[in-house]
This record gives sequence, C-alpha cells and structure tokens, in this order.
Amino acid sequence: MATEHSRTAARLMVSPAVILLFLWMIVPLGMTIYFSFLRYNLLNPGMETFAGFDNYYYFLTNAAFWDALINTVTLVVGVLVITVFGGIALALLLDQPFWGQGIVRVLVIAPFFVMPTVSALVWKNMFMNPVNGVFAHIAKSLGLQPFDFLSQAPLASIILIVAWSWLPFATLILLTALQSLDREQQEAAEMDGASVLARFWYLTVPHLTRSITVVVLIQTIFLLSVFAEILVTTNGGPGTASTNIPYLVYAQSLLNFDVGGGSAGGIVAVILANIVAFFLMRMIGKNLDA
Amino acid sequence: MARKTTQTRKAVVTIAAWLIGIVIFFPILWTILMSFKSEGDAIKAPLAMLSSPWTLESYGEVQARSNYALHFWNSVVLSLGSTLLALLIAIPAAWAMAFVPGKRTKDLLMWMLSTKMMPAVGVLVPMYLMFRDLGLLDSRIGLVGVLTLINLPIVIWMLYTYFKEIPGEILEASRMDGASLRSEILYVLTPMAVPGIASTMLLNIILAWNEAFWTLQLTTSKAAPLTQFIASYSSPEGLFYAKLSAASTMAIAPILILGWFSQKQLVRGLTFGAVK
Repeated sequence: MATEHSRTAARLMVSPAVILLFLWMIVPLGMTIYFSFLRYNLLNPGMETFAGFDNYYYFLTNAAFWDALINTVTLVVGVLVITVFGGIALALLLDQPFWGQGIVRVLVIAPFFVMPTVSALVWKNMFMNPVNGVFAHIAKSLGLQPFDFLSQAPLASIILIVAWSWLPFATLILLTALQSLDREQQEAAEMDGASVLARFWYLTVPHLTRSITVVVLIQTIFLLSVFAEILVTTNGGPGTASTNIPYLVYAQSLLNFDVGGGSAGGIVAVILANIVAFFLMRMIGKNLDA
Repeated sequence: MARKTTQTRKAVVTIAAWLIGIVIFFPILWTILMSFKSEGDAIKAPLAMLSSPWTLESYGEVQARSNYALHFWNSVVLSLGSTLLALLIAIPAAWAMAFVPGKRTKDLLMWMLSTKMMPAVGVLVPMYLMFRDLGLLDSRIGLVGVLTLINLPIVIWMLYTYFKEIPGEILEASRMDGASLRSEILYVLTPMAVPGIASTMLLNIILAWNEAFWTLQLTTSKAAPLTQFIASYSSPEGLFYAKLSAASTMAIAPILILGWFSQKQLVRGLTFGAVK
C-alpha cells in the first residue's frame, strides 16, 4: 500500500524523535566516558589531566563501592521479593468478588502516585521517627522501647518505603493479567476434580509467569536508580550503610567535586543497568509483532 | 447451601480486602488527617492527635512561609510543558511507524526503548556541567527539555500501541469513498486516535509530576517543583509535621485524582504494551 511518497513523509515524521533521542543518548554519555578518563576536580577547573583507568581503579577498589554495590543489590532484591509475593497475594485477593471492589482498588493503587520525596518524608517523620512517629507511639503504649528505624536498620527501612511505593504497580499488573485468565479452563479443571492448590499451580502460575517477568524487569530498571528516598531519609548513612550506586556517584561528583571518579562510577552504573536491560528488551521484543 | 457459602466467602474476602486496602492507604490517610491539625497537636500520640480540634492553619502557613504557589506552578509548567512537547514530537513519529511500517520499524522502536534503560546517574555529571555552563541550572526551560527526553520513549511506545489498534480497513474504505489524505486524517483517524493520545498525556503528566532525580539535581529554588520543595523539609530545622502534611497533601492530591482516572492506561504505559 505504502508508496514511495508516503515512505518519505513517514521518514520525515520519525526523524525529529530519532535525532533528539540519538543526541540525548550519545552526547552526555560520550562526555561521561571522556570525563571518566580524566583527573578532573570541580575545585581545580582547567587542571584536567589524562588519568587512564585510574578513576576506575580507585572507584572499583574503594570499599564504599562494594558497600554500595551490595546495598544496591539488597535494595533491588528486597523490594522485588516484597512486591512480587505481596503483589501476587493481593492480586489473587482483589480478583475475588467482594463488596466495594472499586474503592479498595483505588486505596491499594494510591501509593504509586505519591512522589518519592513525599513518601520518604512521610514514612521517616510520621511513622519511623523514634520520638513522635506512629510506630514509636505504638511501641510505647505496649511498654516497649521505640525503635530508631533509620539509624538502626537504614537499608531495611528504605526497602520498606520503596516497596510501599511499588507494591501497587506489581498488584495492578498482576491483577490485569489474572483478569485475562480463561475462566472456562478454570471451571473445567474444577469439574475434573483439580484441587484449589493444583489449579493455582498448574493454571494460574504459568499464566502469570510472563507478567511476573515483566514486573521484575521493569521494577529492576527503576529500583537500580533509587535516589530521592535515600537523599531525604538517611543521606546514604550512617557511614555507607544505605548508600547505593546512584547515591555514591552523586556524592562523589557533586558533593566531593570529583568529576572523574563520579563519571567512572556512572559508567559502572550504566553497565550494570544494561545487563538487566538486555533481558527486558528481549522480553518486550518477543511480544512486538511490528 | 452453595449460595450461602459463596455469601460467607464474599463477606470474608470483603473484610480481608478492606483491611489490607486501609493498611496500604494508611500513610496517605494519616498525612491528610495531620494536615488539618495544629503543629502542637500533630506530634501527640495517635488517639490524642485525632481528637484534637481541626484547623486549616497549616495550609495558610505553608503558603505564607515558603511561597508554595510558586513551586506548585513550577510543577504544573514542568509536567504540562514536557508532556505537550513530547506529544508534539511523538505523535508524528508513532503515527508514521504505525501506519507506514518499514522493515526496520521494530528495530527503531526497540532502540528508542533502550534509551530509557540508561540510568540517570550515568549522565549526571555532564548534564550538570552543561546546565551550569549554559546557565540552565534552576531554570524551567532546561528541565522541561530533560523531562521531555526522558519520557519521550514511553510516549512514543504508548501512542504506537494505540495507533496500531486503529484498523487499516477503515482507511482503505475511506479512500475508496474518495476521501483526500487531509480529510482522512481529520475525520477518520483523529477521532479514533484521541482517546489514546489523552491517556498517554495523562500518564506522562503523572510521571513528570513525580520525577525526582533530575528535578532534585538541577533545581534549587526558583524553578524548583514540588518534589524539590518537599525535599527541603528533610532538614531538621524544617521539620514541622502539620506543615509537612499540608504541603504533601497539596502536592499529591492532583496526581491522586488524575491517577485514579488512568488506572487502566497505567498498566499498558508502564509495561510498554507487554501487559494490556
């Protein structure tokens, strides 16, 4: 159908988007790679010298990097475990018929729309504060010592906050997937005497596998770059107890003014994200019949 | 008998679902309640807090002390501006890919998506330095540009999946009837595309409103949207529960309302069409 004329028009229509995205991808990334090979401190501008792989060497052999790497992985895995299992349980529950479905759905989805700085500060002050927080009040009324969440268990507290924000996402997607489950197949299995557990394991789980993979991969992309929640709650501390890689790169480049080191860290983050992205892209690509 | 068990079952599910729903929603509910209390009452134990008198004073003070309206306006400008700009670039692109697909359309779409996978910290340093050298730090213009670019792949993808669903036969039929390209676009395609464009717009406004990496890095005061403004409450000297609650309530309310309208589109948009 498409004529030579319409092809040219189509190319013209696509090109602004392509050019902009290409520049957005290549220019800053190229500069980061360039900076990562320089000895470049913002406090001594104009004194840049070539540093070879020194920045990478210092960044990768710094104990803070390994702490940050472990924290990043713990954060991602912790949030994924809570949101995926919680999301499956919640989706199964909300898929049942009950009174007030619409309202409960709205209540469950709401946290996803709360901006990260708000959710982090609300949890930090109104709930986890050891003096005035709701948890402290509950502990005191039970005669227990209030627990100082963000200094005793900073990373676990941040995992809780981030999981609260992402649980709705997992629930919503898994619920959408559940609703496309073949009801007749379910009923047929029930007639044939398959138990609830067997039906769940052999029908529901395989049906959900694809959606779970999508949830895991997309969340991983976002969770690898958690930043605001750490900035407003712990500033990465105490020490490096809750520093992840994005926060470390930010601290290195904009708080310590070490542009070279920060850039090397940025490239390390890009490589890590690309490993995940590779699998995600294959998932989505398989689904696309353009 | 069977009827009775399903009723009992429904009642049990109802109680469980409502309990969990309220627990999940509780932090938001608590914030809203606290915003209507005085500063002194807000730090009391939960029951004493609830029974204290209601007041609107925190809302007044937030505005009086910190120019709340400016930050709210910045959020509106940034999210609307970047969304409209992204639509302007994305609609022709998605249109062309959906209706005049070529051999490499699929690769092109995948490549666009891959730009979204790049973590922001990977380009933080050069972006910061470029913004500094161009005098764009703490300016709305610069941030509108960045927000447009980071959301552009999602916008193109979402529009593409919507446009793909417009049946090609309709186009052929209108052509048979002698419609010109112009009237084809104006009277046949546009009405069918509007719902998709509207939901894409809605989702993108939500994402831009809540974006909290670039808005925190590239603004300080003048161009600071609500994400940055709320973050300023993290310093101990800025710690006022009732005022923080009032500021937070106003910051999340518009998006909560928009979000509830866009539940369905959310799934499609955030999974790049992989789950519908």
